[in-house]
Amino acid sequence: MNAPADVLQDVCRVEDLPVGEGRTYVVDGEQVALFRHRSGRVSAVQAACPHAGGPLADGQVDESVVICPLHLTAFDLATGEATGGGEGTIAVHPCRVEAGVVRVGVDVR
Amino acid sequence: MTDTTQRTAQSVTVPAPRGHRRRLVVVGNGMAGIRAVEEVLERGGAGAFDVTVFGDEPYGNYNRIMLSHVLSGEEAEDGIVLNPLSWYEENGIDLRAGVRVDHVDHAARVVHDAAGGRTPYDTLLIATGSTPFFPPMEGLHRGDGSLLEGVFAFRTLDDARALLENARTHRRAVVIGGGLLGLEAAHGLVTHGLEVDLVHSPPHLMNQQLGSDAGRVLRRKVEQLGIRVHTGVRTRGLLGTDRVSGVELPDGTVLAADFVVVAAGIRPNVEVGVSAGLDVDRGILVDDRMRTSAEDVYAVGECVQHRGQTYGLVAPLWDQASVLADHLTGAAPDAEYHGSRTSTKLKVAGVDVVAMGLSGPERDEDEFVVFSEPHRGVYLNAVVRDDRLVGATLLGDVRKAAVLAQHYDLGTPLPEERTRLLLDLGEVQEGAGAGDLADLDDAVQVCHCNGVTKGRIVGAVADGCTSTTAVMAKTKAGKGCGSCKDLVERITEWAAGGNLTVDETVGWYVPGVPLAKPELMAAIRERGLKSVSAVFRELAPGGVEDAKSKMGLTSLLRMMWPEGIVEERDGRFVNDRVHANIQRDGTFSVVPQMKGGVTTADQLRTIADVADKYDVGMIKVTGGQRIDLLGVPKEDLPKVWADLGMPSGYAYGKSFRTVKTCVGTDFCRFGLGDSTQLGIDLETRYQGVEAPAKLKLGVVGCPRNCAEAYVKDVGVVAVGSGRWEVYVGGAAGATVRKGDLLTTVTSPEEVVTLVGRFIQFYREWGNWLERTYEFVPRLGIERVRAVLVDDSDGMAAGLDERMQTTVENYRDPWQEGAEPVTTGQFRPALPLGMPTVRPSQVRS
Repeated sequence: MNAPADVLQDVCRVEDLPVGEGRTYVVDGEQVALFRHRSGRVSAVQAACPHAGGPLADGQVDESVVICPLHLTAFDLATGEATGGGEGTIAVHPCRVEAGVVRVGVDVR
Repeated sequence: MTDTTQRTAQSVTVPAPRGHRRRLVVVGNGMAGIRAVEEVLERGGAGAFDVTVFGDEPYGNYNRIMLSHVLSGEEAEDGIVLNPLSWYEENGIDLRAGVRVDHVDHAARVVHDAAGGRTPYDTLLIATGSTPFFPPMEGLHRGDGSLLEGVFAFRTLDDARALLENARTHRRAVVIGGGLLGLEAAHGLVTHGLEVDLVHSPPHLMNQQLGSDAGRVLRRKVEQLGIRVHTGVRTRGLLGTDRVSGVELPDGTVLAADFVVVAAGIRPNVEVGVSAGLDVDRGILVDDRMRTSAEDVYAVGECVQHRGQTYGLVAPLWDQASVLADHLTGAAPDAEYHGSRTSTKLKVAGVDVVAMGLSGPERDEDEFVVFSEPHRGVYLNAVVRDDRLVGATLLGDVRKAAVLAQHYDLGTPLPEERTRLLLDLGEVQEGAGAGDLADLDDAVQVCHCNGVTKGRIVGAVADGCTSTTAVMAKTKAGKGCGSCKDLVERITEWAAGGNLTVDETVGWYVPGVPLAKPELMAAIRERGLKSVSAVFRELAPGGVEDAKSKMGLTSLLRMMWPEGIVEERDGRFVNDRVHANIQRDGTFSVVPQMKGGVTTADQLRTIADVADKYDVGMIKVTGGQRIDLLGVPKEDLPKVWADLGMPSGYAYGKSFRTVKTCVGTDFCRFGLGDSTQLGIDLETRYQGVEAPAKLKLGVVGCPRNCAEAYVKDVGVVAVGSGRWEVYVGGAAGATVRKGDLLTTVTSPEEVVTLVGRFIQFYREWGNWLERTYEFVPRLGIERVRAVLVDDSDGMAAGLDERMQTTVENYRDPWQEGAEPVTTGQFRPALPLGMPTVRPSQVRS
């Protein structure tokens, strides 16, 4: 029984994510890429890029986008859209850091 | 539910119309059909129509005009996509790619496809294009009626692929047809090194567009490319029983051929129109609103005949699609198509050609202005009737194309001195032709490939695009064959006036920090910035970091502070985080160092054992004379390095990669210098040195050049008596360039010093990702030689010194395996594996 997206689950501790980098965790059977921004925020998006299945957690991020390492497509971490357009959209998951724990909601349909 | 859907409920594949939406079915997924859909969407048609598109070919929509570039290798298949499959999805279009329409039952308003599907429509758009015409030739068909093997048309992506495939495996080709397409096919095949004969039955090349004089000048240019041209000759027949072996001419001459390309014209595809009961002549008849003879059935593109005209060029398709969309969406119910005055602007076989209207005078009173310079391959003419331009041809020099197109399209007044139509006479002015641009009407089409007018370019500038790059991105102008790029640039400059920004980011080292490299380095040095985040904080607008800039900044800081920077791993590309090259499936490749391509039995045994132990996907000998272990998962990298016990070969970085060497003097009978040892010495000293882009080197022991030194970033050639030539700026990738001779030195030690000096100079002055084959020509070899060899700027000692410090601080990155630098440095990024993603549409 999967939890609905608005129910957040504990996934990892914030220090498990190196500053500025991404790591992948499996939440409810879904691969989720978590990025710890330099501002302290954490973003959670689908882990594989929709264009060629690239490993987004291996990509480079700033406060607003992740760049897929395979073909350098940039995806907006807030809307999921490819900023250049044309390469599809990634799922963005609700995510919060509470008391040093990263919590993520995955809606599995 | 309407009656229609009930009648066909059993096999209907389209949902019933939702509310008031009409079902628009488009037969034809090519440039005309999809341009029409785009125009409908642009006019807000998405809310009014559910769109289904049938396409004969199993692809999205691609630019057919660019197939010649695919054939010549100038463009990859991906580069000619106009609408990828994702575009159809994003716009809710139901694409049936690779599904051929069998017939249309207009009484029932249903499209029947070859797969047995039945698709009802409210509005039908036929855009079936045309088919290559095969002139009657003996032997064209085999006994069973099929086409003789080895005979190809040149119209589709599959045709282009087949020709590329044949070009790789054969030596001789014959092209039948010397029009635009035939010339492009011949040119493409010649670039692949084939022997090409071109057979054309009219008396001169491109007779549809050019007069005989222009045709002669073009012929000279084409023959200079090595194409054998036969004009005024019909092909009598093809030889060969199963596969073509030759082409026979009327006088009995046989041109041997491993394969044949037929480019002898096109014929409109009218079968679907005929099956729907439409009025058809040469093409499907349409009126000024693109309506066929049946209600709610429209047609656009090469399949239509409008006012007696059929078209085989792209510009009329744009006009037709626009008028059609005005009607379908109700955006402009009065819009009418009155035919297109066709002008051709293209680069054929490397020659710029512009042709409009008449190719020569027809009446006694026609004025005919001609300038011909066959030696340069230039031929220009203009035909004037009643003070109006009714035709012009420009070959080899198309600077006057824009202003002539305007005179021709709009009948603007001509200069009294007719010569000025063709030549700029004695008015040297900055930005020559600025006057022309101001006179140019907004309606003049600048980019034919994507149908962009001067007005749209000016509009883009008014909307805030202040650079050519921005204008090109917004309008798609110049993104087709590229022949109009200069004009797009000039119009942008003219329209932007004082506000022109020569895409400011072009001059910046990275897009996120608005400084060119020298200023950026000065600011970093002055403020002592040693981390990427410090650079953003201090120098980026608003202190905002930019992901796309991180990699370049990391490289720059590591170059500037060789003793060490404040390491931030997020500043590195994944390859440099895990010291391996990421592959398409998310695994990595491991290439151990193998200096000079020399290995030992022990090293090979170790590599073989590691390959067995980790079950690597592929063991590959690389072009750089090393061994590549491919398909290693990220989490195995540290163990693989530990078991190999070898240093990294740096096959993943923007850095010094490898030195390819020939056998040199130990065994070779011809060797003039010990190239193998010199290559090993070079790599020993400069291994892993980071640079703006990768550096591939080569050292050869004689000018036979067995290790391709002439086309390396740095190439060294032994020329006897202890002398070595040093070449820089060579390339043999997508760009092939012979390096420039920097100088000749008299000892291997001097080679090592000079190579280090050049690499340091490139590290300090090269732009991010600028390969040496761009860097050296940008500065000019004379300037590079002055600085590095003659020490004209007193820089040599400093360059040598900074390179020395860099070398002293080298550390093998594969030692990192033992102690990960960051948490989870080698954790898998897709622990459950890669999902199946539909392959990009133009990959088999």
